[in-house]
Amino acid sequence: MDFLTVIQLLDSTVRLATPLLLACLAGLFSERAGIFDIGLEGKMLAAAFFSAAVAALTGSVWVGLLAGIGASVALSLLHGLASITFRGNQLISGVAINFLAAGLTVLIAQDWFSQGGRTPSLMGGARFEPITLPFADALADVPFLGPVYAELISGHSILVYLAFLTVPVTWWVLFRTRFGLRLRAVGENPAAVDTAGVSVIGLRYAAVVICGVLCGIAGAYLSTALQAGFVKDMSAGRGFIALAALIFAKWRPWHALYATLLFGLFGALETRQDVITAVIGIKVQGQVLGALPYVMTVIILAGFVGKAIPPRAGGQPYVKER
Amino acid sequence: MDVVPKWAEVILVPLISLILAAILSALVILAIGEDPVAAVNLMITGALGSTYGWGYTLYYATNFLFTGLAVSVAFHAGLFNIGGEGQAMLGGLGVALACLLVPWPHWTIALLAATLAAALFGAAWAAIPAYLQARRGSHIVITTIMFNFIAAAVLNYVLVNLMRPAGSMDPATARFPEAVHLPTLHDILGVVGIEFSKSAPANVTFLIAILACVLVWLLLWRTWLGYEIRSYGKSESAAKYAGISPFAITMIAMLISGGLAGMMAINNVMGEAERLVLNAVEGAGFIGIAVALMGRNHPFGVFLAAILFGFLYQGGAELALWTSIPRELIVVIQALIILFTGALDNMVRMPLERLFLMIRRGNA
Repeated sequence: MDFLTVIQLLDSTVRLATPLLLACLAGLFSERAGIFDIGLEGKMLAAAFFSAAVAALTGSVWVGLLAGIGASVALSLLHGLASITFRGNQLISGVAINFLAAGLTVLIAQDWFSQGGRTPSLMGGARFEPITLPFADALADVPFLGPVYAELISGHSILVYLAFLTVPVTWWVLFRTRFGLRLRAVGENPAAVDTAGVSVIGLRYAAVVICGVLCGIAGAYLSTALQAGFVKDMSAGRGFIALAALIFAKWRPWHALYATLLFGLFGALETRQDVITAVIGIKVQGQVLGALPYVMTVIILAGFVGKAIPPRAGGQPYVKER
Repeated sequence: MDVVPKWAEVILVPLISLILAAILSALVILAIGEDPVAAVNLMITGALGSTYGWGYTLYYATNFLFTGLAVSVAFHAGLFNIGGEGQAMLGGLGVALACLLVPWPHWTIALLAATLAAALFGAAWAAIPAYLQARRGSHIVITTIMFNFIAAAVLNYVLVNLMRPAGSMDPATARFPEAVHLPTLHDILGVVGIEFSKSAPANVTFLIAILACVLVWLLLWRTWLGYEIRSYGKSESAAKYAGISPFAITMIAMLISGGLAGMMAINNVMGEAERLVLNAVEGAGFIGIAVALMGRNHPFGVFLAAILFGFLYQGGAELALWTSIPRELIVVIQALIILFTGALDNMVRMPLERLFLMIRRGNA
């Protein structure tokens, strides 16, 4: 395996890890505040559709991004209404949101564009174009570092850089601000937060909205940067892999980055099976690679590789004592 | 003390939730520029207006009966089994193996063997998440979701690499022999002189599904085991104190649940397709969640909800055929039903509680 193949592989790893990373951090905010969210998948899908659709209609990808975030936040608020205000079952609400997005996106796409549940292909200003970082072309010929800078680091869409920037920001917000401290406390012991005179409901809604914004960016990335338009069910289980990565990362921002990069690498390898065959000398079936993130999650969950302990109040509605 | 009387809890709350879901669905149809009344008419004539329509409605209902019962048995033990999809996929593998490996002399024996194989494979696929929950404390919802994906990969691998007949490009098994062909409702009702559509896939499995309903009811409300399952689901700590083993109950409930989900395969794999294809389950595992929620986890409620969803499925297919409304409309309706009956049920219950409190004060 030559150096260029490695670079290409890592390059597609970064591309594929980006939506996972954003969705994983989205889940991180929500679950740290004690709201389980298996609706990440649906929110991403809804955002993917609305950003592509609005970008196609307006010709501006930025308006599309806003629309995608709006759709995702709307679903988040629905989840909040069900699980915070009406103290319903968070898992059931998440399942419902996944179905709602899967159905509505195709229904609306068919109504707006009549193209069998997809949006028109996006072109020009309706897409996030790759950004060439300064000096990328000039440095491309420098041995080793040149290709790394020009191929791997430069040439991604702005959302990729935004996603990677979100990691330290999330860490800082959660562990260095008062808001973050309270948010984490609400996921561990909401009664204590309530006693301190801070609104449990307000904090949880805030967490759920942040989750919606991040899922919205993840979805917009899928349809306006990774691909040029929306197709039916295009989130393709990424929301669940992000959830798996979140458990893998034990609900920590930096670990979320490593976990999603790892899962991104699996995704990249799935399309480059020749590389695996060349490296380990055996032919690995594509299905095995595809199932690997899920199998690994099960193993992690079973506590065979370190224990993943979720936030203690996760999944439980908070009832104020009277 | 329950503020809402039992009849209101069992009938009124789901009914109001259902009406809310129906109103929103109608709004969705309006929003995409179609007429909801015409759509409902088309659905009713398409699903219930002919024996052909009924044949499909009952065929789908059979699938949903099994997956709905599967979800509700687990739910009674306080376990949320989202893995019906994967368990039914593996059940299909069991059916295919049973039908292809043994030359059965008659369909009755084949059906028994296939049912057993389907239940065993489905139960085995549920056993791992159950064990991990009971012994290692991993969350059953996440593991069953993961096991759905793993099941899809396993099935894909088995069909492509092991069970595909030589020379075939399709990722599917060979067609089952003629001897294991299950009688359809056309064959059964023909005996008593009723003309039933020949081309509809509803078959003898529907009767097995009804039998399963009765058995699940007997199990849950008429046996000691059922009592233990329900009390464990109500309060884990109280059940533990009463000497009920959480490990045993978790395992047993999930094995029954997985077995029921797996048994769905005798309907779609053995009864309809007569070979195992990729994605034979077609989302019925997930619809089981909506069916169980709507049926309030009672076998009779599950029966009614399964028929309703069978109607929605067949009616939705007719809509997609005759209008420009895509089939995904059913997914939206399903989502709204799950949302209102499952997650937003307190939104209906809280005002009702207030209402009943007012009435009670008025009487006192």
